[in-house]
Amino acid sequence: MNWIYNPWPWYVSGPMIAFILFTLLMVGKRFGMSSNLKTLCTICGAGKNTSFFKFDWKSQKWNLIVVLGAIIGGYIAHSFLSTTTAVNLNPNTIINLKALGFESAGKAYLPEKLFRIDALTNIKSILVLAIGGFLVGFGARYANGCTSGHAISGLSNLQLPSLIAVIGFFIGGLVMIHFIYPLIF
Amino acid sequence: MKRGLTYLGIGIVFGITMFKSEAASWFRIYEMFRFESFHMYGIIGSALVLGIIITQCIKRFNIKSIYGEPITIPSKEKGFYRYIIGGIIFGLGWALAGACPGPMFTLIGAGFIPIFVVIAFSVLGTYIYGILKDKLPH
Repeated sequence: MNWIYNPWPWYVSGPMIAFILFTLLMVGKRFGMSSNLKTLCTICGAGKNTSFFKFDWKSQKWNLIVVLGAIIGGYIAHSFLSTTTAVNLNPNTIINLKALGFESAGKAYLPEKLFRIDALTNIKSILVLAIGGFLVGFGARYANGCTSGHAISGLSNLQLPSLIAVIGFFIGGLVMIHFIYPLIF
Repeated sequence: MKRGLTYLGIGIVFGITMFKSEAASWFRIYEMFRFESFHMYGIIGSALVLGIIITQCIKRFNIKSIYGEPITIPSKEKGFYRYIIGGIIFGLGWALAGACPGPMFTLIGAGFIPIFVVIAFSVLGTYIYGILKDKLPH
């Protein structure tokens, strides 16, 4: 059982995600996480003045319970199922990240300058997190889905719109890391 | 109640998988977009191959849910602009924040407090989309 404490290889992780897709379909639901962000808007009262958010959020309660589970799962995995959380990156990626000022590359799970608690005292770090989050939320709803809804659920159902969206995800990601990162870091 | 516990259980397995697979790691997303590791491609690729088999079998054999209800998997609305533009915007954010809408919640549980900034602004981004929706090309 020692393997469980190490980072899971792709050939365990990928099938686990397919298993989650399968179990959600078998209980009559669909795998898609970004719709929860819309539900949160509705719970906050966004339906009062915008018809897009006018729906019975209780119909989406099941998905919020999945989110609650994802939070608990993160806690369990971090606290009880990991001996080390350092990510074993490609040495070239580490060299590249260090040149950009990410000293924790190869030693941590997330970059310390963005995700350690004292990042909240750094305006630049907050801006990166805020703009990144904003684009994720805006883009996911505009494209009507995110990694789970399009790249997994949609492509599994052989949907052309999902393929277009996933191509978009990669165009955006490549532009950000190859052209915009050198400007901001 | 029983169904709620099922959803919670699925969510817990999902959260553990996101953390242990390192799909919730900002570093892995960065490495993926530099094509310097097979890891993320292996995860998405193997999930997809199995996902296609599962989804097509459910459709072909009219498999019913465990509650005996028919499983309906609706097609995505046709279109181009919303998927490519929305997709690019999402990709820009995914590479910047290093988290997509599933793993960002997992990271709360793992104790990374600044992820709340990402989540709060992703809710705001969703809200702004809802306001601007009718003015955007779809």
